[in-house]
Amino acid sequence: MDPSRKRQVRLVVALTAAICLAGALMITTFSAASPERIPSQLIAGAEPGKTYKLGGKVVDGSVQRSGDTMTFEMKDPKGGATVPVKYAGAVPDPFREGREVVVTVSKQGNTYVAERDSLVTKCPSKFTAEPKKS
Amino acid sequence: MAAFGSACLILTLVVALYGIGASLVGASRGRADLVASGRRSVFAVTGLTITAFVLLESMFLRDDFSNEVVATHSSTTTPLFFKLAAAWSSQEGSLLLWLLLLSIWSSLVLFLVRRRLKDVTPYATAVLLGFAAFFAALMVFLEPPFEVLPVVPTEGTGLNPLLRHPSMMIHPPMLYSGYTLFAIPFAFAIAALWVRRVDAEWIRSTRRFALAAWIFLSIGILLGARWSYAELGWGGYWAWDPVENASLMPWLIGTAFIHSVMIQEKRGMLKVWNVTLILATGILCLLGTFLVRSGILQSIHAFGASTLGVPFIVLITVLIFGSIWLVTSRRAMLRSEHSLDSLWSRESVFLANNIVFVGLCLVVWWGTFFPLISEAVTGDPASVGPPWFDRYVVPLTIILVLLSGIAPLIAWRRGTLANARRNLLWPTATAAVALVVLLVAGIGERPWALAMFVVAAFVLAAVVQEFWRGTVARRAMADESVPVALAQLVRRNRRRYGGYLVHAGVAILFVGVAASSAFQDVVDTRLQVGETTQVGAYDVTYVEPVARLVIANDDLERIEFGAKMRVERDGEYVTTMTPSRGFYPSRAVVAFGPIGRFFEGEATSEVGLRAGRLRDVWIAMTPDIQQLEPIIERGDRVFSAAAGKLSPELEATALATALRGITTQYLEDPPPATFRMHVSPLVSWMWIGAILALLGGLTAVWPGGPDAAGRRVRAGYAARVAQDLGRA
Repeated sequence: MDPSRKRQVRLVVALTAAICLAGALMITTFSAASPERIPSQLIAGAEPGKTYKLGGKVVDGSVQRSGDTMTFEMKDPKGGATVPVKYAGAVPDPFREGREVVVTVSKQGNTYVAERDSLVTKCPSKFTAEPKKS
Repeated sequence: MAAFGSACLILTLVVALYGIGASLVGASRGRADLVASGRRSVFAVTGLTITAFVLLESMFLRDDFSNEVVATHSSTTTPLFFKLAAAWSSQEGSLLLWLLLLSIWSSLVLFLVRRRLKDVTPYATAVLLGFAAFFAALMVFLEPPFEVLPVVPTEGTGLNPLLRHPSMMIHPPMLYSGYTLFAIPFAFAIAALWVRRVDAEWIRSTRRFALAAWIFLSIGILLGARWSYAELGWGGYWAWDPVENASLMPWLIGTAFIHSVMIQEKRGMLKVWNVTLILATGILCLLGTFLVRSGILQSIHAFGASTLGVPFIVLITVLIFGSIWLVTSRRAMLRSEHSLDSLWSRESVFLANNIVFVGLCLVVWWGTFFPLISEAVTGDPASVGPPWFDRYVVPLTIILVLLSGIAPLIAWRRGTLANARRNLLWPTATAAVALVVLLVAGIGERPWALAMFVVAAFVLAAVVQEFWRGTVARRAMADESVPVALAQLVRRNRRRYGGYLVHAGVAILFVGVAASSAFQDVVDTRLQVGETTQVGAYDVTYVEPVARLVIANDDLERIEFGAKMRVERDGEYVTTMTPSRGFYPSRAVVAFGPIGRFFEGEATSEVGLRAGRLRDVWIAMTPDIQQLEPIIERGDRVFSAAAGKLSPELEATALATALRGITTQYLEDPPPATFRMHVSPLVSWMWIGAILALLGGLTAVWPGGPDAAGRRVRAGYAARVAQDLGRA
């Protein structure tokens, strides 16, 4: 085989391998990912037992602690429907009532039970620009 | 003053635009005077930006609350140190910092290449000024840092308590330095492609900038990791947060670039690959800034609210398509001067390392953008968490660390079996011994961690062997003592041995990462005073509560509730720690009441941390302040009843007394507190490895040397002769 043909073959083989690997990565992600929902969407239809990434605002005055678990309510970022969340584990510093958080939950009965330590708030650099132009 | 600042920025924009025109026209018509004028525009832009930045900082120092940015990010009670840092906690200030750093580095590179690359530099100048014009335009039209408020408040909002940490002073400027320094090789790559001068000269001239960018970006990322580990109460150094990923992506591709350019310098190969990598790095740096500043990944709704989203998207799109066009239209002249001789050669190991770096970046990119991708594809936003990232990143990283040990041991062009035997024997033997010892020690149940330890042992042995052989060779030739020979060895070939130090540091760092993520003990618990719990091999006892008012700059800054914790191991006293949580008052006095506002504002954790050579003990606590709520409410009622009847001084005294009453109440009848405790092995190895790697980076990038200039001339001459011979 002449060298330029050999190079072409090598290139095709390498590209095919790369595309297959990338494709596998991409397809597996869709099954591994948890859908992101806001409270009103969960109310509209949440399958019990399936995990969701619930994003929304913590309702003012709703945080109740008992033992090392905590319950609070979350509402859509623009207000409206609320859902109860039960959470155990570490609470990040920026967690406050009225702030947007994301937590991984699954529906159990009427409440949404959060995975341990799944509560995240945004990086603090996000808050500084927040109150101004919105 | 504000008008003067705005004028500086408008002038920056005008001068930058003029400089772009002058450079381009000057270069295409061969007008040296215009090219020089374009060059001087960069210096002028730098001067103007420094003036604007100093002006903004002076407004922060003087508490000039007529400036909106100052009023919303600082206050009279903010400590001096944080007033300076508050400037870049704002959107406007961070854009100005970006522009400032970019213009300083641009001036530096234009000064350094003033006698070289005469055909390329004008175009690179135009690209750099293009970036400057973009950021100046953002500040002139969208995010003005010198906006005057119609009504001047008497007091500012203050710096977000979460950002009141020494890292705030260094972390953002380091990241931005890394981003802006990568803009230099990026600009020269575009210029070199434009004028079709694609030899390694542009790489040589900007090599130090790429290395410096790598060092700054590394420091920035590590400081972020350290900050979130030791201070924020999150307890981890890495969480695959989009903001973290934003800085990791350019780092990964930039690191690949630093490696692959060596092949172009030595062998004239991989030219397409190299320009692609640096163009990608430059674009990812912009993307990083964009991700952090626009909030697009936090939620898609934030994107619409951000004024910066659209301009950034436009610029990034233009750069992506421009880069693709440049590379494809120049591909004929980017052909390799040599082909790969053998798969068992340093070139091919470098190539493998590059592929892994790019693969890692793709994984991180895919995971970071997945919510957007998923929404676009299925109409349903979904995201992936740390386990998803770990699944792909862990094996790739292990391969990468292994390659970093193999590459220095294999000859260029074609490795021979004898050469492999000679160089790989000791590192492989060391790795085998490490494997046996670790298996006996029972590490086998965590295969990934085990693999990382063994691979790291291989790398460390390889690095030690290289240093050893170099030293022995010098001693044989020059009759020097061991330390002198070692120092001379490194001094004569700093890039090579600096690189080895980086490899050793990275291996140690990942030993720390593997150990602390695979063998961590975590306990979440609620303790009464006097109760004890067990974490790993330690017994931790809640000895007594702590509560105090913290006064800073004559102002009550926060109320702090903490816990004194005694840590014991096998019945022997180890240490006492006092993790605490500080409550900063909210500004909304009316909504929450003068006392209640302390518990409605920001709260930050001060974690208890005992870093050891082998193990870190880490404790964060959350006090249960629910018990205090009745007192708080009662206090607020008293104050609202007395509103207007007390003089301000009397009110302040009464408030201090009331708050002291709350701390006393907490101490006398302490409620149980919630604790999170970690015992993580080898975390300190991460920081030690990181410092070693950074020292290695500094060794490689340090300017000058005893005969560096002479060597450069000789090397350049040799390269030209070789090229001529190759043509003949």
